[in-house]
Amino acid sequence: MVENYNSMDLAAFKNVWVFCEQRQGKMMPTTFELISEGRKLADELGVNLCGLLLGDNVEGIAKELGGYGADEVIVCEHPLLKNYTTDAYAKVICDVVSEMKPEAFLIGATNIGRDLGPRCAARLHTGLCADCTHLDVDMPIYKDFLRSASTLPEEKIEKMNTAKVMGQDHDVSRDLKMTRPAFGGNLMATIICPRFRPAMATVRPGVMKKAPFDQAKADAVKITKPAFTLSEADMDTEVVEVVKAAKKLVDLIGADYIVSVGRGISKDVEGGIKLAEELADVLGGVVGGSRVAIDSGWLTADHQVGQTGKTVHPKVYIALGISGSIQHKAGMSESECIIAVNKNETAPIFEIADYGICGDLFKVTPMLIEAFKAAKAAK
Amino acid sequence: MKIIVSIKQVPDTSGKVAVNPDGTLNRASMQTITNPDDMNALEAALKIKDATGCKVIVVTMGPPPAAGMLREALAMGADEAVLVSAREFGGSDTYATSQVLAAAISTIGIEDDDIVLCGRQAIDGDTAQVGPQIAEKLGLPQITYAADIAVEGKNVTVKRMLEDGYMTIKTQTPCLVTCIKELNEPRYMSVGGVFEAYSKPLATYNYETLKDHPLIDATTIGLKGSPTNIFKSFTPPQKGAGMMLEGADKATCEKLAGILAAKHII
Repeated sequence: MVENYNSMDLAAFKNVWVFCEQRQGKMMPTTFELISEGRKLADELGVNLCGLLLGDNVEGIAKELGGYGADEVIVCEHPLLKNYTTDAYAKVICDVVSEMKPEAFLIGATNIGRDLGPRCAARLHTGLCADCTHLDVDMPIYKDFLRSASTLPEEKIEKMNTAKVMGQDHDVSRDLKMTRPAFGGNLMATIICPRFRPAMATVRPGVMKKAPFDQAKADAVKITKPAFTLSEADMDTEVVEVVKAAKKLVDLIGADYIVSVGRGISKDVEGGIKLAEELADVLGGVVGGSRVAIDSGWLTADHQVGQTGKTVHPKVYIALGISGSIQHKAGMSESECIIAVNKNETAPIFEIADYGICGDLFKVTPMLIEAFKAAKAAK
Repeated sequence: MKIIVSIKQVPDTSGKVAVNPDGTLNRASMQTITNPDDMNALEAALKIKDATGCKVIVVTMGPPPAAGMLREALAMGADEAVLVSAREFGGSDTYATSQVLAAAISTIGIEDDDIVLCGRQAIDGDTAQVGPQIAEKLGLPQITYAADIAVEGKNVTVKRMLEDGYMTIKTQTPCLVTCIKELNEPRYMSVGGVFEAYSKPLATYNYETLKDHPLIDATTIGLKGSPTNIFKSFTPPQKGAGMMLEGADKATCEKLAGILAAKHII
């Protein structure tokens, strides 16, 4: 870290940074989402957007970040940065951050980002908001967001310009306003980091929208390679091996159609999953599951939708035999169209379903498959 | 060798979540449980104890009733418990919480062959930040998302889960590891354990106990030591209930397919 680094000297900090996570030299998809979101925030602040890329021999993938909105990419290359380790990444990142002083710093809330973010925030003595689903700087834009996403009355929203910080009124107009679900999505909280910089946020993968790629901007991006030091002495952990899952992971986040199963398939698990797969096939989608389906071993963890699983927003989400606990709804309530099939007409899933059918999924699903097939054939 | 397990008492969010009019959580009206991931951390510690005979100490920060949760951990097989509790520690965000817990853990004492275990994340805050922040403040190497932990003398080898596979990571004690549910199946309290739980040591660290620790400073603990502030909390609007389709027959399914096709959704 830089000597005399002071995270409370707010005026010394400028620009928005995004940690650009790559694995085995390949950019993680969430990096492009964050760059696109970071562009919006940098424009609201009137500053530059910088990508921060660490790895070994990764400069070749840096320019692409410009295509999604980065003005500049800060590239730190070293053989010890080839695989992610907390020690090496946190050291290089904290050194570069304390030297170059960004105002806001976004990290994808992947298993790696959630390891790295808190370590860096603790070292940099600043605040970190976890798993954000919405970010704003500009107050009028934030207020518009509240009008559509909250039940707050208009007069309360209109008055909102300051926060009580250490007993004093603090003007929030330049603070990063980081909104995240709490307690399974029943409550939303907007967090600020008014007294320290950088304001850090980890952001839920799959929530922010990727901007269209622009080749001209990719060609124009500026690459910076700051000096830094890193040696084996900085490292207390060693990566023995990195194992990729043998089969292809289910792409729930990218899917337009998801057919999910829950406790309702328990009387015939194999049959229930087969029906879900058939229905997903008709629509060109994938199969998901509730926590019950994953904990019972019916589906692997990469199928899980919900608070501890993935957040999805497909065009159509079909819930077969899912009661609709708050933990599950937290991961799918933003779907464009929700269809629920459940035997219990009081199941909470019907509260958020656009279309509900009260019936036995083993009888209804085959009829849905036929009806959807016929409707698609008729087009 | 000893293992210090940091655990948290949390509201059982699988039940009904109660919210106060001001938007904060009504904790008093909810059942409390030991955070699920922390139970896996405790079980991991007890397994290592079964194999090596090491000592297991559980620590928590929270209001006095959290002592009940510590007794449960003692009944499962932990040897000692420490409750960190003071008004001065209230209102802490993850930065300030980890500051206090790091001070408490270093007061218990970290020796060369010790391990600190935490859960990956607590189900009330879901941040997954406190474990890594404790590690940073104690200067320990960290490994998060542990699905398997092997300890051989001072060598610790952890299977660390990624979304698309896993990494095997090696480190040395002292270190901090955060645990996930794939790691193990937590044991039940034994009847004998429940009896013994009340004769095992349970210390309380208050502000007086910790105030001279270098990590404890008015600017690093409690509300004043928290870099983050809640600007606004609010409830999202309930999405209006949709259309319940009458019947569960072929005609109903065809009607639904028709609606979706007409709206170009399928």
